Amino acid sequence: MLEVRSLAKRFGGLRAVKDVSLDVPAGSITALIGPNGAGKTTTFAMIAGFTVPDSGAVRFAGTEITRWRPDRIAALGMVRTFQITQPFAGLTVAENIRVGAFLRHHDVTEATARARAVGTRLGLGPMLDRPAAALTVAGRKRLEVARALATEPRLLLLDEVMAGLNPSEVNEIVALIRQVRDGGVTILLIEHIMQAVAALAETAHVLAEGALIASGTPRQSAADPAVVEAYLGHGAAARMARHE
Amino acid sequence: MLKYWPVLLVVAALLPLASSSQFLVNLAMLTAFSALLGQGWNIACGFGGLTSFGHAVFFGIGAYAVAIMQTRFGINPWFGLPAAAVLGAAAGAVLGAAAFRAGLRGSYFALVTLAFAEVFRILANSLEITKGGLGILIPLHPALANFQFDDRREAYALVLAVLAVAMGVAAWLRRSRFGARLVAVRENEDAAAALGIPLVRTKTQALALSGAVTATAGVLYAQMFLYVDPSIAFGADRSVEMLLVAMIGGAGTVWGPVLGAIVLHLIQDTARLLIDTPGFAPMLYGAILLVIIAFMPNGIAGLRLPALRRNRVRDA
Ligand SMILES: Nc1ncnc2c1ncn2[C@@H]1O[C@H](COP(=O)(O)OP(=O)(O)OP(=O)(O)O)[C@@H](O)[C@H]1O
Ligand SMILES: [Mg+2]
Repeated sequence: MLEVRSLAKRFGGLRAVKDVSLDVPAGSITALIGPNGAGKTTTFAMIAGFTVPDSGAVRFAGTEITRWRPDRIAALGMVRTFQITQPFAGLTVAENIRVGAFLRHHDVTEATARARAVGTRLGLGPMLDRPAAALTVAGRKRLEVARALATEPRLLLLDEVMAGLNPSEVNEIVALIRQVRDGGVTILLIEHIMQAVAALAETAHVLAEGALIASGTPRQSAADPAVVEAYLGHGAAARMARHE
Repeated sequence: MLKYWPVLLVVAALLPLASSSQFLVNLAMLTAFSALLGQGWNIACGFGGLTSFGHAVFFGIGAYAVAIMQTRFGINPWFGLPAAAVLGAAAGAVLGAAAFRAGLRGSYFALVTLAFAEVFRILANSLEITKGGLGILIPLHPALANFQFDDRREAYALVLAVLAVAMGVAAWLRRSRFGARLVAVRENEDAAAALGIPLVRTKTQALALSGAVTATAGVLYAQMFLYVDPSIAFGADRSVEMLLVAMIGGAGTVWGPVLGAIVLHLIQDTARLLIDTPGFAPMLYGAILLVIIAFMPNGIAGLRLPALRRNRVRDA
């Protein structure tokens, strides 16, 4: 479904993403994990057309989409959410979601009905007619997902949609993501909560300092010495091995 | 009672048509005309968040187009009107495509629009076809067929009709897919793009629509006063008046420009009675703008008038 080849991006002297290649098979849930500042969000931004890569290529559903504008990519069926939530603050929650629904539904009544259904499914029912600015952090995360889902994507890019949620909220959203995938949507997600990644993803790619250092099942990836070092610092894997 | 204020406003707008007082008709006409100008600006800038400081360019294009067409080529202004509207739309499309493709936003876009209008003012001042600084006098032939009015009430009725159309456009923006997506672009461009909205195209279309409405206002002006010159057509104070009217009343609402025009004329005419020095109007505009930005960013519409609030929450 998605093929990323050798993406790279520099910000001034900082090589935020060095050489990232990964595949997301159709119907899968794939995770992209890694420490803070590893370049995960930058990778997402390049895949979805928000940041122009210095080099590399992206193919989505058999189409070469490198350097396409985000709206064309969304129209083709790949939609991202934002780690730093970006609500339309002056609009209600339902109106926010409806903007997404308008991508596939030109009829206003139909788009409104779709938006309300999607919002309700994401647990935003009681908030639908409130201004988006009144949402809590958890509510804003849900709104990001709801808006993206309302576009009826084939591939959904979720950037830390569980950050700041409490454990029961995390469980809810894990169940929801699984349900979305079972509905035929392929998912690529960035997540720090390992327990959620383990519960959801078939494959986890680990990014550190702009480079992919491991790929495998979440359990394999988490146990990889290179990954332990990336998270905990140089020598950490050896120290842990000694303690065992 | 307060709930029905739009109805009261419509009745109040129609009353002068039955009056024989020139003063009253004139006052009502100028107010309605300001509301029309404000609505022209509001369509792109209120709904789409485009910060145009040079909307006079569309007004001037409309006024000059209809004046040149009839004085040079003998084209009846009734045919000149749609042609001028098309020219206004084309100007909006060209300006929008150029500015938005270059990624201009906020104050950069404001400066470019300001410069655009200024370039047109200078051109109008120096070109032969616009008769330079002398301006164009449209020969007086009062007859409805010539789009000239003996009776001010006829002119007023026409301004009201065009204002109604412009408000219809705004009402359509509140209810349509295009309008909702335009508002989304205003609220957050990144999020809008992520949800599949083409930013450049959407903003350019809004500017073209706004250009057409504003050019139509220019046509009405030329036919009411039968005279156009470069600063009447393209002057910066015209641009400021437009955005002020919309912002006082409430940008991005259907009734905002009407309320704004009424309030602005009240303030302006009262002030003129008290202080009558040249250069006072721009100062007054500046002061009002500051007050609005500082204390009521959503204009009168932000003050929770029942009908406006209801529209706000449910539609859009
Ligand atoms: N627009 C930018 N300009 C300059 N530097 C940037 C820009 N965007 C990101 N960076 C830098 O690039 C690096 C990678 O950032 P990125 O946001 O991709 O990391 P991340 O893996 O998503 O981290 P986190 O887990 O904290 O969200 C960071 O050092 C960041 O400061
Ligand atoms: Mg990130």
